Amino acid sequence: MSNLSSQAAAQYNNNFLKEVEAMVEEGNWVKMCMQCGVCSGSCPTNFQAGWDHPPQEIFMMIRAGKREEVLNSQSMWMCTSCYNCIVRCPRKLPITHIMHGLANYAHRLGLAPKNQPTRHFAKLFWNNCIQTGRVNELKLSLGLYFKDGFKQGIINGLAMKDVALGLLKAKRLNPFELFKAHGCKDQKGIHAMLKKAHEIEERRKAIKTA
Amino acid sequence: MTEVVATNETILVVGGGISGMTAALEAAETGKNVVLVEKNPAIGGRTSQLYRYFPKLCHPICGLEINLRRLKSNPRIRLLTMAEVTGITGAKGDYTATIRITPRYVNANCTACGDCAKAVGAEIPNPFNYGLNKMKAAYLPNKMAYPMRFVLDKSIIGTPDADKAKAACKYNAIDLDMQEETVQIKAGAVVWATGWQPYDANKIQPYGYDRFKNVITSVEFERLADPHGPTSGKILRPSDGKEAKNVAFIQCAGSRDENHLRHCSRICCMASLKQTNYVEERYGNEGKSTIYYIDIRAIDRFEDFYAKVQANPNVSFIKSKVAKVTQDDASGDVILHGVNTEGYHRYATPHDLCVLAVGMEPSVKGANIPAEILADSSGFIEADPANGAFFGAGCASNALDVNRSVQSATAAALRAIQVVNRVAKAEV
Ligand SMILES: Cc1cc2nc3c(=O)[nH]c(=O)nc-3n(C[C@H](O)[C@H](O)[C@H](O)COP(=O)(O)OP(=O)(O)OC[C@H]3O[C@@H](n4cnc5c(N)ncnc54)[C@H](O)[C@@H]3O)c2cc1C
Ligand code: SF4
Ligand code: SF4
Ligand code: SF4
Ligand code: SF4
Repeated sequence: MSNLSSQAAAQYNNNFLKEVEAMVEEGNWVKMCMQCGVCSGSCPTNFQAGWDHPPQEIFMMIRAGKREEVLNSQSMWMCTSCYNCIVRCPRKLPITHIMHGLANYAHRLGLAPKNQPTRHFAKLFWNNCIQTGRVNELKLSLGLYFKDGFKQGIINGLAMKDVALGLLKAKRLNPFELFKAHGCKDQKGIHAMLKKAHEIEERRKAIKTA
Repeated sequence: MTEVVATNETILVVGGGISGMTAALEAAETGKNVVLVEKNPAIGGRTSQLYRYFPKLCHPICGLEINLRRLKSNPRIRLLTMAEVTGITGAKGDYTATIRITPRYVNANCTACGDCAKAVGAEIPNPFNYGLNKMKAAYLPNKMAYPMRFVLDKSIIGTPDADKAKAACKYNAIDLDMQEETVQIKAGAVVWATGWQPYDANKIQPYGYDRFKNVITSVEFERLADPHGPTSGKILRPSDGKEAKNVAFIQCAGSRDENHLRHCSRICCMASLKQTNYVEERYGNEGKSTIYYIDIRAIDRFEDFYAKVQANPNVSFIKSKVAKVTQDDASGDVILHGVNTEGYHRYATPHDLCVLAVGMEPSVKGANIPAEILADSSGFIEADPANGAFFGAGCASNALDVNRSVQSATAAALRAIQVVNRVAKAEV
């Protein structure tokens, strides 16, 4: 267990429900779930590979104190934010938000699954866009292609070459962006703003002491 | 003109279902004068529309019949049918109620011979069968109707059909000149027993009640099972008249749901358990029922009933609130989709017919009662001193079964009796 993680667990006396209520966005809703199954039955993706537990099962596991299993789970990263579950939940739980809250919390504690594709993409996207204040799509897609090593990256790239050529023709892709990306005007301002936001976020999400 | 004699020692009972009848009878049998106001052309309320009663599975007719006999023999009860209370003013011991009476166009001479119905051509949806079939626009509200008197629907008044009906009547019972009337009566206490109505199933969009013919409500299912109902008691599904031998019940359809009714309607679990008996009664071991539920709430002594149904191999239970219903267009079957929470298995299961165990809500919600009344967030009347001598009874006060409705009505009658007793003493 990471240091931060064991500190958090200890803070809540290993009562994982309490920990989720205090630390996870919309986590105080978890106890309202009556295990009816409508969210799992309505979710268009949770029967796909990668979803180890449907949302309702995650909520039950939180109450059962299955901390590692929940935070190591891929499920929260698989949610597509379609909101089907929220619309139908008879208890009006903000399920989508809780799923993302849990993903974020697992990420902060360093417990999120390592090579999880959604998480990989999210990190890539963020690091890419904060550099110049603008997403460099070429670098972003290359980063995705080469996620599983150089050889796989070449294979992925070749598979997409027709699309790339089409984009080139339509002037929607500029290969020189690889060397010098065009950014926003006030990059310094953006960096300062992001730094400030990060500080506020850290303060807000620091492990709450009773 | 309708003559009603009433003073502030009179008890006004609104709603002639099992609760209103009980309250009226209990009060009248202690010597009080009662005015009983019923909106429909016949009394009996929703119990008269049930096929069988839990827990004993007897026919509601027999319970109603005893009450009707008591009613007929009691001169202290003045019954007004096709009448609605439009306003109540005043305070405890001294109320004035305004009552609007719609014309029936048939007077007390009627012998219920049925000749007028034969003469009339026009047909209207039959409300007693929740619109599942049609009936002539000159009709007897139901086989056991009290008063046993026909009604001409207002849609045919002024048409040749009305004249045909009048011409067919040998007893001079049809009066086409009847007009709407408004009367005012005094009352010392009011028992409000307007009962419940099924929650509007069209609002539960994922279940497709408005789109799929073979998705019906539990109240409609009672009519399908009743020999006096639209299918003569054969359980046939609406789309193609096929025998429905594989029936799904969806519990909490519109109840326990922040998007619909917040409360548990309390009766619907027992109603579905009971209705699995109807399927088996018709089709024996070929009749299969599946109940999809969150948890079964068979209140107190009904637990035995639940245990019996649970042990029946023709009934299966799936712990799951159904996520959505679709239809197989070729076969007309309905397909239920969801996750069985015991093991988290996804299912997509076809059934011949799907019955929504719809929630019960007050038929007149608190805010719509034409008086200043405290009601809970679902619109059921509260027992609160602020309501003066205005007492809720039966399903106007909560989602109750018949037994508890009768208890609640007796309690309301007793409170009303105490009020008019005090009025009487003060006046001596
Ligand atoms: C599917 C289903 C099955 C059920 N099966 C059973 C069972 O097997 N056993 C059991 O014990 N219970 C059963 N119940 C419950 C039972 O139906 C109720 O307990 C019972 O109907 C309550 O009677 P009530 O008189 O309070 O209301 P109601 O039966 O609703 O009667 C109210 C009366 O008031 C009248 N009214 C309404 N508005 C006005 C107005 N504004 N002015 C004048 N009159 C008005 C109505 O026309 C009606 O006659 C079932 C319920 C459901 C949903
Ligand atoms: S739909 Fe809502 S109440 Fe039902 S299991 Fe999901 S979160 Fe819980
Ligand atoms: S919002 Fe996420 S969890 Fe909810 S139904 Fe959609 S994909 Fe499933
Ligand atoms: S109104 Fe006349 S014809 Fe119709 S049922 Fe009554 S008595 Fe018979
Ligand atoms: S009685 Fe049963 S079906 Fe009805 S609302 Fe309550 S739990 Fe749901």
